[in-house]
Amino acid sequence: MGMTMAEKIIACAAGVDTVHAGDIQTVTLDRLMSNDGTTHLTIDMYNNDLKHPRIQDVEKLVWIVDHNMPCDSPKTAGTHKKMRDFAREHGITFYEGEGVCHQIMLEKHVRPGELIFGADSHTCAYGALGAFGTGVGCTDYLYAMVTGSSWLLAPETIRFNLTGELPQGVYARDLILTIIGRIGANGANYMAMEFAGEGLHSLTMSDRISICNLCVEAGAKTALMEVDDVAMDYLKTHGREPKACFTSDPDARFAAVYDIDLSEIRPVVAKPHFVDNVVPARECLGVKIDEAFLGSCNNGRIEDLRVGAAVIKGKKVAPEVRFLVVPASREVYQQAMAEGLLDTFMEAGAIVMNPNCSVCWGSCQGVIGEGETLISTGTRNFKGRSGHRDSFVYLASSATVTASAVRGEITTADTL
Amino acid sequence: MGHTIIEKIIGRNTGKDVKPGDIVTVNVDRVMIHDIFIPFVADKFEEMGFTELWDPDKVVLIYDHLVPASQVDDTRHFRTGNAFVKKYGLKNIHRSDGICHQLMTEAGYVKPGHIAFGTDSHTTTYGCVGAFSSGIGYTEMASVLGTGQMWIKVPETIKITVNGKLPEHVTSKDVILRLIGDLGADGATYQALEFTGTAIEAMSVASRMTIANMAIEAGAKCAVFTPDEKTADYCGITLTDAERSLKGDPDAGYVREICYEASDLVPVMACPSQVDNIRPVRELVGVSIDQVFIGSCTNGRLEDLQCAAAILKGKKVAPFVKLIVTPASRKIYREAMADGTLAALSEAGAIITHPGCGLCCGRAGGILTDGERVVATNNRNFLGRMGTSKVEIYLASPATAAACAAAGKIVEP
Amino acid sequence: MSETFSGKVWVLGDDIDTDIIIPTEYLALKSVEDMKPYAFSPLRPDLAGQMNPGDIIVAGKNFGCGSSREQAPEVIKALGIRCVVARSFARIFFRNAINNGLLLIENADLHDAVTEGDTVQVEVNRQITHNGKSYPIASLPANLVEILEAGGLVKAMRKRNGLD
Repeated sequence: MGMTMAEKIIACAAGVDTVHAGDIQTVTLDRLMSNDGTTHLTIDMYNNDLKHPRIQDVEKLVWIVDHNMPCDSPKTAGTHKKMRDFAREHGITFYEGEGVCHQIMLEKHVRPGELIFGADSHTCAYGALGAFGTGVGCTDYLYAMVTGSSWLLAPETIRFNLTGELPQGVYARDLILTIIGRIGANGANYMAMEFAGEGLHSLTMSDRISICNLCVEAGAKTALMEVDDVAMDYLKTHGREPKACFTSDPDARFAAVYDIDLSEIRPVVAKPHFVDNVVPARECLGVKIDEAFLGSCNNGRIEDLRVGAAVIKGKKVAPEVRFLVVPASREVYQQAMAEGLLDTFMEAGAIVMNPNCSVCWGSCQGVIGEGETLISTGTRNFKGRSGHRDSFVYLASSATVTASAVRGEITTADTL
Repeated sequence: MGHTIIEKIIGRNTGKDVKPGDIVTVNVDRVMIHDIFIPFVADKFEEMGFTELWDPDKVVLIYDHLVPASQVDDTRHFRTGNAFVKKYGLKNIHRSDGICHQLMTEAGYVKPGHIAFGTDSHTTTYGCVGAFSSGIGYTEMASVLGTGQMWIKVPETIKITVNGKLPEHVTSKDVILRLIGDLGADGATYQALEFTGTAIEAMSVASRMTIANMAIEAGAKCAVFTPDEKTADYCGITLTDAERSLKGDPDAGYVREICYEASDLVPVMACPSQVDNIRPVRELVGVSIDQVFIGSCTNGRLEDLQCAAAILKGKKVAPFVKLIVTPASRKIYREAMADGTLAALSEAGAIITHPGCGLCCGRAGGILTDGERVVATNNRNFLGRMGTSKVEIYLASPATAAACAAAGKIVEP
Repeated sequence: MSETFSGKVWVLGDDIDTDIIIPTEYLALKSVEDMKPYAFSPLRPDLAGQMNPGDIIVAGKNFGCGSSREQAPEVIKALGIRCVVARSFARIFFRNAINNGLLLIENADLHDAVTEGDTVQVEVNRQITHNGKSYPIASLPANLVEILEAGGLVKAMRKRNGLD
């Protein structure tokens, strides 16, 4: 019996020939990402709970401050300082204010075939480059940090065979939200979601990252895409080579297989308060909004900003709406500035912030108040996720979010 | 006897020949309310029994301290403000265009000779165009909204003359810091500062704004500059004879006169935690820093950003040090994008945020913690202003701040 | 205005700024009552909890310098402080205090003489007495007395608008 991509990466990381879903393997990790959400807790455990602690291989560690950036309180400043001081002392690769962790990882570190732990649930984004990225808690992270290894249950794989191309005005965001709506918020629990087929090749890297990133919202352990020319070009542009490029064998066993015709996808919206509460966007038309957010590891790339800028060019943000535009990284910020996109947003009245997690994380920048409604390209719409416990978050594509910012109510770009 | 600038402005407004110490009622030309205080102003206004604004066109509402919101209750201020706008027919509102004091002159609300009040102590800024402007509390603002009038005591005037040419990398920030150090934090309480001299004449309106902005840090009621051709350009007006004559008469009565030779001035810093604790930068060289902040209504203008970008060009912000840049307005942000300034700053590693008060008002935008040290271009270094009371804040010019960011420690620009 | 009262003294230094009196972080709290515990917190985190109604603050020069935030005099008033005696006051704070009916008294010498916990007696517009020694105080200008006597600017305006 053949192996899936996920099984192959785990076999490679475990140094064995074959692995099948359900096997538990001890694996050597290639890379360990952690951000300011929890790193201070890891450091506390490292310092207080371990006897003679040491980092197995400091080269594997990448620490990124992105959640509260710039700092909004002495408390978060304290967690950042702890992280910065530790990184400095141990020589850990450290980014502060450079952008959202997953975007930085994809731009600068992730290589196809790698097995990566990230102390953040959206680490599954790295599948866009054919790497097995998965989110872990800080205890698992600490163990990996000091041993370089961990145990992993090889997941079953749900395969999505993509055909056709997305219609004009429909985005990868609509595709992945549609899929999550279909399989449910726990539809891929513990499993890998693998995307393949001719349709995949029509998707940009940005599309792919957006898709893989959101798979955890269906409960997936990881998401994977095979490495094609588009992915190789991206790697080359960013000065990296693959570790290994895997594809699932023709006789690999999948827990389920879905055939998806991209041309049938339509704009959708995930309504409060669950990511799988997905409906056609037209069913939400007219919902009044207080704030709109274009950004995050899910939709803050140059491609997303281009879409938003094209929608808003020559128009204005609705008077009482706060429209936050937050590029996902410094690279994206500079590119967007060079292309004039930031000026388009600024001219329209948007609030353009430095690259960071912003209101997707919802603890500081642009938080929404009691009874307010946000339409967002972020990753989650859980109750209270973006501010007050009694507030409402709708998830949609960058086009829908921007169009809604202009109209002041949920709107699709084609009706603007 | 002749008159000082402030006496002329008040005299024309009231139609009286005024002298320091007179208590007079002035007709207000413009008022500014910002987001922190609008709920309180709105409450007091209605509690006082007013049902309409004395003149909606003269009222400007600006959201800047809470943009973007950092706490869940912040947006309540926007909702209250928006409701007030609707109810009373306010037309001049800026919801994310930058810092109030920048916008009041930049957007043309305050002109030479005007009398303006704002619910913020740095309202003294508008003296840069030859206006009399000062900060008031929200109760007083509520009464002005209803009556269009306010009582004031005509202030005595301190005349400050700066002659000659400022040395390279010595900016108007160094001038005002030095003056505050010499006067003390209460050295001009209740008084007006009037600036004159060839170095002042040579300054841009933006540089004069920095000086006027910080007059309050010496306790001053206001600071004024004589309107000139630069003022006219900045305000987009042609100066009238009356505006041109807003200069101190040779026989005007000054309570005190202070003269500086520009070439004697050096880069200085206000050391923790008083604005008047001024020392030359060269005496502080080598002090390690964790963060640099370039922005605020004091020093977030295009020339400030350009100056920082020139110093950082081809350099990088020191490892483990953050440089946070917050342009003072949307217009400045766009101009700094258009001329490559923001690209240069970003290339050097700056974290560039949306225009607003940011770190200066201490609610977000780069808050620090115990044991951290920041060099900042804003106006206050009070205990706890940017985080805990164990944060050390050094105030400096954009030139000094940028040089410090690259060095990772205090250095001369 | 003639009134006599006594109170326990809290002693503060020079240049007590408005960020010390009430830090910006707490300015968006819903009411001055909510802000009370944080008054003076950067300087003395426990002070607000120790103050009692009727107490008197005696401070050095330039009390209330800094921001125009009116929560500064309001929070002092909400803590029940009867009056603030200082060598000098910053201008905006002075106006705000009067507008809220908080009594401020300028005196150059008392600050050097008192120790925290002492009791002083205040005769408004006349003198302060401490340890048997009297410290003369100046009378307030008539227009300020008017506002204070009305109970603050809000009440003065209500009267003007025919509400009270």
